[in-house]
Amino acid sequence: MRVVFEKPEAMTDSPMHYCPGCTHGVIHRLVAEAIDSLGIREQTIGVASVGCSVFAYDYFNVDMQQAAHGRAPAVATGIKRVLPDKMVFTYQGDGDLASIGMGEIVHAAARGENITVIFVNNAIYGMTSGQMAPTTLVGQKTATSPRGRSAAETGYPIRMCELLATLDGPSYLARVSSHDTKHIIQAGRAIKKAFEMQQQNKGFAMVEVLSTCSVNWGMTPAKSMEWLAENMIPYYPLGVYKDITAEEGK
Amino acid sequence: MRGQVIVDQERCKECSLCITACPHDVLRISAAINSKGYHPVEAYQPENCTGCTFCATICPDVALTIMRKRPERK
Repeated sequence: MRVVFEKPEAMTDSPMHYCPGCTHGVIHRLVAEAIDSLGIREQTIGVASVGCSVFAYDYFNVDMQQAAHGRAPAVATGIKRVLPDKMVFTYQGDGDLASIGMGEIVHAAARGENITVIFVNNAIYGMTSGQMAPTTLVGQKTATSPRGRSAAETGYPIRMCELLATLDGPSYLARVSSHDTKHIIQAGRAIKKAFEMQQQNKGFAMVEVLSTCSVNWGMTPAKSMEWLAENMIPYYPLGVYKDITAEEGK
Repeated sequence: MRGQVIVDQERCKECSLCITACPHDVLRISAAINSKGYHPVEAYQPENCTGCTFCATICPDVALTIMRKRPERK
């Protein structure tokens, strides 16, 4: 018998504080596997956000820095410019990246900053117990939209990949999902690609991972995976929105 | 038995995603209780396991380690 699957080296032994069935854990593992497979654990610096992933520094076995709410791309910019030979990534949720941190992410992308951004989109504010986020779907019930999000009152959810794809700075933008085994494997490939782009000095790379929040959505973990596939993917279509290496290859 | 699932009982949070992902009905919630108060999963039909790693891929808490038998060389 040989081991075919185990906890990656870039993850620590400490048990994660996430709720049962939270896909943050899956995405942490995919990031750690990407770091391991590229052999960059000693050169990587992560920037954690504010939100459920605020304790990411306890779970990644790499150097980590905690940024103020939404400011992870700005902090990562500073680290990468001072230490250009290090691999710098940020790990942000939708409340962090698409709401308070909208300015930082758009400008980091516009500057083509050579960093990797992992964007976890679960359409709700998880840590603060389920308020409406900028990515909450129209009609979705949350603590602050108990009758469902109304477009007339609060507008429409933001599609970050499409928004950033209009800029010239980003080198790689992809949206993937974490709702079943097949999509998790695809997500792992996209995350690895985003790190490779940084290794090759191609510039800003972001992977948006659709995620669940079973506790705040009020569902079982298995049911929330189905809800993601049925409701989020039609509004947030999966795919690669920008890849300058594919364009170069043509 | 081509594969084997090893469950880290302390990391498991009883979310059952591995049970829904397993194509061979190997896992179930056990009667044991871990220090967080969850009932960790157990391999109750280990002979069905093929070592496909579906359960470990979906496990959010990286609680599962998968072993697989080496294919016999001819």
